Amino acid sequence: MIDVRVQTEPFDIAAEQEDLWRRRPQVGALVTFVGLMRDMNQGERVSRMILEHYPGMTEKALIAIAEEAGRRWDLQGIRVLHRVGALRPQDPIVLVAVTGTHRSEAFRACEFLIDYLKTHAPFWKKEITDQGEHWLDSRTSDATAARRWEQA
Amino acid sequence: MIKILYFARLREQLGTAGEELPAAAELTTVGDLMALLRGRGGIWSELLAEGETILAALNQEMARPETPIKDGDEVAFFPPVTGG
Repeated sequence: MIDVRVQTEPFDIAAEQEDLWRRRPQVGALVTFVGLMRDMNQGERVSRMILEHYPGMTEKALIAIAEEAGRRWDLQGIRVLHRVGALRPQDPIVLVAVTGTHRSEAFRACEFLIDYLKTHAPFWKKEITDQGEHWLDSRTSDATAARRWEQA
Repeated sequence: MIKILYFARLREQLGTAGEELPAAAELTTVGDLMALLRGRGGIWSELLAEGETILAALNQEMARPETPIKDGDEVAFFPPVTGG
C-alpha cells in the first residue's frame, strides 16, 4: 500500500496516477500533489537547482510519514516520489498521491504527507541564480503548516 | 568508532562529508559529540555554536542533544530540511 521512491530520473505524473487506480475498482478517490520547480524565488531568477538528501534516512523518513498517514486515515494507497540531483524550472520535484474510497480522507492525508515531508524528510535545496548559488533556508510557514497536524 | 556525516550547507562550509572518531567514555550523547567538534575552534565552533539551528540524526532517525550514542553508531549533522 505504501510506495516510496527517491530518484534522479524524472517521473511521469500521469503514469504514476494511472497505476494507482487502474484495475482497482474499489478506489473512489485519487488525490495528487505535485511540487514543481519555479524559475523565480524571492525576486531572483533561478536557472537550476541541486537537491541533496541523506541516502538511507530519506527513505526511512518517507516510509515513517506514510505509515503515520495510514494510521490516521482510511486509505488504499500512498505513493511518495521525490527527485534528487540537478533540476531545472518546470521539472516536477515531488509527487504525493493518495487513494481511498472517498475523497475526504484522501484530501487530508495528501496535505498531511506533503506538510510533513517538507519538515521531516532530509532533503536540502541549493539554488543556482544569476547572482550565484545558495542553500535555501527553511521557512517558518512550512513549520507552521506541519504543526497543524500535531495531535493533542 | 563513531561514523559522522555532514550534509548540505554544513558539509560545504566544513569542507568534509564525514569522518570517523573513536568511541570514548566521555562521549555518551549526541550533545557530547557536538561539544567535542565545537572544541576544534574556528569554523567548527562557529557552525556548531549553541545558538545555531543544526539538526542531528542517530542511525538515520532524528535525535536530540541528550540522545545516547555508542560505538558503531552513525551520527549525522545537518541544517533544517528544505525538500518538497
